[in-house]
This record gives sequence, C-alpha cells and structure tokens, in this order.
Amino acid sequence: MADESKDIYFVQGIPVPDTPLPGKEPEAWQETNVVGKRLPRVDAYERVSGSAVYPSDVHLPNMLHGAILRCPHPHARVRNVDTSAASRMPGVRAVIRGTTPEADLVWKKDAAGEMRLFDPHCRFEGEEVAAVAAETPYQARDAINAIRVDYEVLPFVADERRALQAGSPPVHSKGNLSKSDTYERGDVTRGFAAAEVVLEESYRTECELHTPLEPHGCVASWEGRSLTVWESTQGVYAVQSRVAEVLKLPLARVRVIGHYMGGGFGSKLEAGKYTVIAALLARQSARPVKLLLTREETYLAVGNRPPCNMTLKAGVKRDGTLTALEFTCLATGGASPAGGTSLVDWLIRDLYTCPNVRTTLTDVFTNAGPARAFRAPGHPQGAWALEQMMDALAEAVGMDPVRLRLKNMAAFSQAREGNPAYTSTGFRKCLEQGAAAFGWEKARRETGAQAARGHMRRGVGMAGCLWVAGGGRPPSTVIVKLFSDGSVNLNMGASDLGTGTKTVMAMVVAEELGIKPEAIQIENADTGTTQYATPSGGSKTVPTEAPAVRNAAVQVKQKLMEMAAAALKTDVSELAYQGREIVSRRDASKRIAVKDLDALKRQGVVVGVGYRGPNPKNKVVNPFGAQFCEVEVNTKTGELKILRFVAAHDSGRVMNRLTYDNQVFGGITMGIGLAMTEARILDAGQTGKMVNRNWHDYKLPTALDVPADITSLPIGPADAEANNTGAKGLGEPVTIPTAAAVANAVCHATGLRITQTPINPLQLVQRLAERRKEG
Amino acid sequence: MPRKNPTTGPDGLTRRGFLTSMGTGAIGVAASADLFAAGKEAVDPQVMPAGRTSKVVLRINGETHVVLAEPRWTLLYVLREVIGLTGAKPGCERGECGACTVLIDGVARYACLTLAAEAQGSEVTTLEGLMDGETLGPVQTAFAEADAFQCGYCTPGQIMAVEGLLRTNPNPSAEEIRRGASGNLCRCGAYKHIFEAAHRAAELKRGK
Ligand code: FES
Ligand code: FES
Repeated sequence: MADESKDIYFVQGIPVPDTPLPGKEPEAWQETNVVGKRLPRVDAYERVSGSAVYPSDVHLPNMLHGAILRCPHPHARVRNVDTSAASRMPGVRAVIRGTTPEADLVWKKDAAGEMRLFDPHCRFEGEEVAAVAAETPYQARDAINAIRVDYEVLPFVADERRALQAGSPPVHSKGNLSKSDTYERGDVTRGFAAAEVVLEESYRTECELHTPLEPHGCVASWEGRSLTVWESTQGVYAVQSRVAEVLKLPLARVRVIGHYMGGGFGSKLEAGKYTVIAALLARQSARPVKLLLTREETYLAVGNRPPCNMTLKAGVKRDGTLTALEFTCLATGGASPAGGTSLVDWLIRDLYTCPNVRTTLTDVFTNAGPARAFRAPGHPQGAWALEQMMDALAEAVGMDPVRLRLKNMAAFSQAREGNPAYTSTGFRKCLEQGAAAFGWEKARRETGAQAARGHMRRGVGMAGCLWVAGGGRPPSTVIVKLFSDGSVNLNMGASDLGTGTKTVMAMVVAEELGIKPEAIQIENADTGTTQYATPSGGSKTVPTEAPAVRNAAVQVKQKLMEMAAAALKTDVSELAYQGREIVSRRDASKRIAVKDLDALKRQGVVVGVGYRGPNPKNKVVNPFGAQFCEVEVNTKTGELKILRFVAAHDSGRVMNRLTYDNQVFGGITMGIGLAMTEARILDAGQTGKMVNRNWHDYKLPTALDVPADITSLPIGPADAEANNTGAKGLGEPVTIPTAAAVANAVCHATGLRITQTPINPLQLVQRLAERRKEG
Repeated sequence: MPRKNPTTGPDGLTRRGFLTSMGTGAIGVAASADLFAAGKEAVDPQVMPAGRTSKVVLRINGETHVVLAEPRWTLLYVLREVIGLTGAKPGCERGECGACTVLIDGVARYACLTLAAEAQGSEVTTLEGLMDGETLGPVQTAFAEADAFQCGYCTPGQIMAVEGLLRTNPNPSAEEIRRGASGNLCRCGAYKHIFEAAHRAAELKRGK
C-alpha cells in the first residue's frame, strides 16, 4: 500500500482562506480552490464497489425477516385477526397484531384524532393490520398469507373531487374537510377590472409516488434495553424521536444509524410504522429483525405528491403587466391531515409581481395513502398552473413568454409579512441567460405550430420558479477533529441522500484546512455517535450544514494557530495558516509544520465545534430558476420526445460542479416523470384500490425518456448574505418548472394546451383526434 | 425494456415447463432442485414443505458455493442473505428495476427473477466480481469518475448492465448505450452521467 499519510496536503502554493482571529467568524470566501470544482464523491468507491452498506444490506447474526399484513380495503374496520395458523408455521418466531399487549400503542395524534399502531379502523388500502418475523422472508410472507382477518368493509371515497359531495362516506368522524385556507392581498375584483385580458383555466396534476430505489425499511436489534435501528432515512434524529416516543423509551436508548440510504425524495423524512413494528418483532423474538417493505407497499403506504385540482384566473394589461391572480386548489393528503394542499399556491403568491392575489385551498380527506413531502412540496403543481397560464397570457397579448415573465419580476417577497427583500435573486439572469444559452428566440421561430410540416411537430417551451425555502437554518452542530498527523475526521448528523452532502462538506473542510478531501474521514447520520441535525430535505442541507462545517474547520485552524503562536513565541495575529505549515507573515523563517506542534502531539487531537448561525434578519433566502426545453410530437401516434433541456438555476455558490449538475439532471428527470409518465390510478368507482402499484404499470422515466442533451447553467454569484458559504438550496428548485416547461413546449408544437398530467400518447392522441373532428 | 430473464434455463429447461412445475399448489410447492440438474421437463412435481432445502451448487465470481436452498429462493436472495454478497440490490423483486442485475454466463440478468436453482451450471458474476482485489474494474472506475449515480442504490445494477453491454458490444453508439441502460431504473435520475460513464468505460476497457 502506498503511504497515504504523506499525502494529506495539497501541493504547496495553493492558498488557504484567511483565518479569522480567535472568537471571530469567517468572512465570505472571495476565491475558492476546492469548493466549486468538479470532484467525484468521497464515497464513490464504496458506492461502486458494493462495499457501502445500505440498511437493506445489514445482516446481523441470528437475524429474522419481518413482513407486514396490510388492509386490502380502502376503508374497513378490523373485527378480528386470527394469527393461530400463522404462528404455527415453519420458521415463524414472532407475530403481533393490534391486540398484542406490547403492540397496543398510539402511533400519533393529529388534527384528525388518534391513530394506533395497528389501528382497527383502516382508512386506506395498505394500513397495517398485523406483522410477523420468521427465519426467511419467504416464511414470513407465507405466515402473512395464513393470517385470517375478519373485516367489516366500509363505504369509501377515493376520488378527492367527490369527497365533499353530499352522501360521500366520511373518512373521519368530523367529515371530509381537512382544512381550508385563504390568502388575499389587494383586491382581485379591482385587479380584473383593470386588466385588458382575463383568462381562466382549470388544471390537474395526478398523484405522483416517490418510489425511491431502496424500499423503506430497517433492521432493528435490541441489546438489553437499548435499541439500535439501521434505517433507510433522510433523518436519523427524526426517526429516533418518533420511535422513542411511541415505544416510550429514553432517546439515549434508541440509536438510529443511516450511513447510506437509497433515495427518499421526502418520503423518508419521517419515521414509518415499520420501524416500530420491526422493533416490537425483535423484542418478541429476542432476535434482530430486518423489515424491508415490498415495492407494492411503498406505493400504498409511505407517501405521495397529492393529486391537485386547480383553477387559475389571471388578468393582464396589453403591455404584459399582471393585474390580478385568483387561484383555487382542491387536493388531498389521503386519509391523514398530511398537507394535501401545502404550498401549492406559493408560486402564485410570490413568483411574479402582482398587486391583487387571492388563493383558496381546500384540503380534503380521502380513503387513500397519506401524502408526504415530495421534492418541492406543492411547487411543481403550482408551476404547472401558473407557468402554463403565463404562456397563455403571453400569447393573448402577443408577447414572447420570456419577455412577459421579465416584465413582472418581483424585487422582494410579496407574500411574506413586511415584504422582505431576498438576499439575492438571480431570476432575471436565469431567464435571460437561460434563453440565450438555449437560443430561445431562434428556436421559437423555427419550431412551433406555424412552422410545422408533416406529422412530426417540434416546439419549445420554458417555465420559471423559485423555491420557498432553500436557505437552511439553525440548528446544526458539526465537529471537525484533526489528528496529530493532520488528517481529519468530520462528524455530522446529516444524511447524504445522494445529493453529495458528504462530498460537499469534505470540500469545505479541505478548502479551509488545505488538506485533500481524501484525507477526511466522515462520520455521519448516527444518533449514537454524531451531532444533532435536522433531516436532510427541503434543499436546506448544504446551506444548513456547510456553514457549520466551515465554522468547525475554522475553529480548528484558530486552535492550531494558538499552538503555533506559543511554539514560535509570537502573536497569533502575525501568523498565517498555510495547510501543512503555519508561517509568520513578517519573518518567513519563523514557521512550524502542523504535525510538529508539540501541543498537538501531546493532546492527540484538536477539536473544532461549529454551529449554524442565524439567518440574516428581515431577508429571505430563496433559490430561483428557469428551464427551457425542446420537444417533438408525433401527431399520428401521440408520442412525445424530449429533445433537449437547458436549466439555468440561481442557487448561490456552486459547491461541487459535478454533483451540482447531477442534481439538475435528476430534477429534470423527475419533472419529466410528472409531466409524461407518472400517475397513481385508483379504482375509484368500484374497489377503491390502487391498480398500478408497481414500476411496470406506474412508469418512471427510463434511460429512453430522458434526453442526453441537458445543459446545466449555474447562475451566480454566491449569495454572500445568505450564509458564510454563499450556497442556497438546489435539489428542489430543479424539479419545479420542468413539467410546465414540457407542457408549454407541447402547446407550442401542437397548439394544444394540455392542462392535465401526464402528457402521454393516450391523452395526446385523443386530444389530437378531437381537434381533427372539430376541424 | 430488454428481456433479462432467460426463456431457457441452464440445461435447456424451458421457462414454460419450469413455471408449470412451480404453479401446482399452495405454500412451498416446487420441483426439487435435482429436476433442474437432470434437465428434464417437469412431469411429476414433488410437493415439499416450506423450509425444506436442497443442495444447490453455484459458481459465483469464479468460486464455487454449495448452499442449501429452498427451490423457490431467488438467486438474489441467496447471493445477499445466504452468501453475503450484497452488491446486487433488491428494488422491486419483480423484474422491473434492474437493481439486482448480475451477469449469468456473461449476459445481464435480473437476479430477482432467476431462481438460485436455475443458476446452477452457469457462471454468475456480481458487482463484487468486477473488482480486482481492492481495485475497481473499468466500468466501476468510469461510474465513479463520471458521478454516474446519486444515492447509489441502482448503481450496482447499472454497472452490471453496462458491463454486460460492453462484453457483447465493446464500442456501443450513444443509442446502443441508452438501450443497454434502459432495463435499469434510476429514480435519482442520473441517466445522463450513466451514459457518459458507459462511454468512458468502453474507452477504459479498450485501454484508452
Ligand atoms: S429487484 Fe430485480 S428487477 Fe427490481
Ligand atoms: S442513483 Fe439513486 S436510484 Fe439511481
């Protein structure tokens, strides 16, 4: 093996940012030498060699396999669960159900009431009824099939559009209205009166399911009274607190580990019942239990992006000035108060300057799986309506769609109290530079319905966005530990969902300490050994964690410099940290290598603790973006092909250009799914059951659906006001405008405004045929 | 999606005949493993209780493994939970995602749709088998350098699909790469980087 310990530092001559005096905060970076570069991931080897251990891979001695019996009806009452045959089956070691004393637990209390772990009142298909653990997953499944349940099948409502109709079966005793919200500013009536063109349209986005590649699940193991859980999660601390609460354990006795996880997209922000169930099965059998959901279960019970039924009425002057927006949305979080309408209206409220806005949100209960946060909750749905409407308005007043948007740029956040300014907004630049990179005006002239010949039609479309969050916030604590040879251990609680969190954090440490990212060992996502972090999600992980990491690394430098000052008998203010060495600014002969510091050798390690400081007061940190695409429609078959995308995003500083671009491509891919392929289908009329609960019938975009020609165009500069790294969130905004941009391009190509997802051949062929009939 | 499941078993057993032998009862009904070894059509399936295992000899990454397996156990299950090779991942266990892709006699196949007994007599290569000791193979190297993944969970399958593609087509066109990768889902949407990695892997394999 090569001697890696010699190789910790960058070659001499690469400057390290100035070190603030002890007790002082670091300034914004002027120039960076590591941050922003294209760096393959620090854990790439583990991920491509198979040595990364995902929760699904955890295999403990004597481990059993668990399985859950779920209610097959959308609405039913469990009268009796007979597990007698199941418990006698070969290999079966534990069986639990609602009447098992240890499993008779409250799962949660919310606005709809109390929900038990195995709730006798099942309000959606897929609610947990019983569970088993057996020697093999096959035997566990056999036992599940042998459990006999007596259900009283109840009438259901699966279609949210019917939930409030008279005579619809109530999901909860208080009725099917979960929540209604209104927002108002100005006076829309006056706004519409002032308009020269008023348009109104209805839109619908279908329910989209997260289906990360790694199913939800965990391995649970007891050592005495302490529980350890290896969980596929976005937030180990969130899982820990829920499990401890439900099982009534002290937090310190619940350790949750999530070093690697196979994707979440919001659906693994919170704990699932399966974790508590695995823990109970493990306790009953006195053996570790692995419980991974089947793919079908992940379709039924662990979240979705709610289906949204929207109307938008918009008024505009001939010069393109928006005068009024009136928006309604009816949506469902399924059987729980899970935020069916959350944030769906945010873009209508805040993306463009508009003095008169009214939004009305109606969130209803249905007998369907509960929603969970899904990458940019509410925003892609709102963008689907707003950004298609902007195009329709542009056409009505004879303006270019990009120009119409530029005409209505917002200088501050209109929807927030006190109209705070943004720390930075690159929206204008996203539109202008994105359009230039795409060749927007030329492409628009050369494609479109008017340029069409034959049945293959091309068109271009675009859409813009902001993301309501993405600034990050406290709390976060990070520890950087420098060993006596200069190598570093970085300890943080945050999960890396695949966004490259670990790599970005290693780059921050490398930037400050002048050591190679490879010399940084990362411990993360373990409530037993790493510091507190909120779950990774909402595009807040980098802007939350990176500043704390930077503060921790800076503190290490400060401590090393104090050691050097003592060793060199000089004042700290005279010294400069250069990575390998600490050198006097006045007298270059006064220098000492970090690993020669006696104090460091004696102490063994230097520890820096970094906290996430507060966000700037009275300002908002939001990322912005605009996407442009070109499509080709076969008007005979209804096939839609995406030819290219340009994505211009202002997310402040680019931390790692390689993983940044990857996020952009991934967001677009997911947006293409919403636009073209994905829709949960419930048999709302007859059985209420989901009929496409697998990847065969519910299609994700494949390698054949995504263009190879995607350009990621980061829009600067770094946001010096947002935090000490200048980064804003990226993961959510990149999926917000995609579907609307595709719909706008299809409209440009065909003249058809498709207001309902998914734009698939079925729908397109039908719409094209209708148009032919109408002549 | 390309078909990744054999229509013909290792010894010429047809998939149809095989399924007939599997679908004859309730719990744990299956043909004995010997049936496959003999390569006969299933005529008289034996009924075995769940939990009854029989010997299955597998060649994996050049090594022989003798395991006791129930006839219904998939190759994926045996690789991961019996032998401990966790490179191949379960994503759906129903032939939809490709996370479980391995090479069977050099061809990319879904290990979740292949029974362990069915893989007898074949050379199985898993992600681990692409390594040279601690050193990554060319496709793995290309994936790491091109950042051809995000969460990394689909990645072992993607790598095996590209490996399988390059073994039959060392110099694929962009379109051939897309088709070669189309049997493997990536929910993170790293496809563009996967295409780049496949291209680079082809170069690395050619010694460039
Ligand atoms: S696990 Fe085999 S194809 Fe999905
Ligand atoms: S990298 Fe996450 S599914 Fe492909």
